[in-house]
Amino acid sequence: MITMSIASTEVEQNDEGFFVHPEQWTEDMAPELARREGIDPLTDAHWTVLRFMRAEYFDKGTGPTVRVLGKSSGVSVKELYQLFPKGPAKVAARIAGIPKPRGCI
Amino acid sequence: MTGIDKISIIISKGSLDGIYPGLIMANGARAEGIEVNLFFTFFGLDAIHRARHDHIKIATVGNPGLHVPTMLGGLPGVSTVVTKYMNHKMEELDIPSIPEFVEMIADTGAGLYACKASVDLFGMEKNDFIPQVNDIITVGEFYEMAAGGEIIFT
Repeated sequence: MITMSIASTEVEQNDEGFFVHPEQWTEDMAPELARREGIDPLTDAHWTVLRFMRAEYFDKGTGPTVRVLGKSSGVSVKELYQLFPKGPAKVAARIAGIPKPRGCI
Repeated sequence: MTGIDKISIIISKGSLDGIYPGLIMANGARAEGIEVNLFFTFFGLDAIHRARHDHIKIATVGNPGLHVPTMLGGLPGVSTVVTKYMNHKMEELDIPSIPEFVEMIADTGAGLYACKASVDLFGMEKNDFIPQVNDIITVGEFYEMAAGGEIIFT
């Protein structure tokens, strides 16, 4: 576990860069987290995905996979990979301050 | 970050259980940000064949893992019934059908390629395949494409 300072606030992340306590996350941390993933600036489409990720996480206890994102977030799989080229579910989970989504499909 | 940057997955079988594992590995690799190329050869070509990819079945004969006696598995309609049952279970788990899954994998940016030797052997042509198929390539071209990454044969 690593303690990081993001948007002047101390937060805890695991070795892979996922938040350990999603409740420590605030919206003003997202741009800085996104820059670390090579995403700058965050567009409305990015935000649609980030908000969906958090809503699903707090509702179901795990973040959505790419397939769930593609079916339910309103953003297509093709567009998801354009927004988050290094893996939509994984990278968006890091930026949205939730643990890595678990799911094979 | 994982140590794998690129993988090439070969799908060589035309049964349901021969096709899904390669698709799941391809889709999962893309989700991890890994570059993926899928290479369909021999009966694996059915997974990208327009007329056939929606009719992929489970082998009920010569498939000991299924625990169906061979004589029973060979009766007319058994393979269809078992396949229907399996598809139903997968739908419950929200696992996409093969046509939907292949299309989704293409949307993730993975490359889809058909093996030239098999295409020639079966007398097929580019038009027989779904439009997401990038190209029909030789084994040499496959190795050039796979260079520097991992290769998985299924």
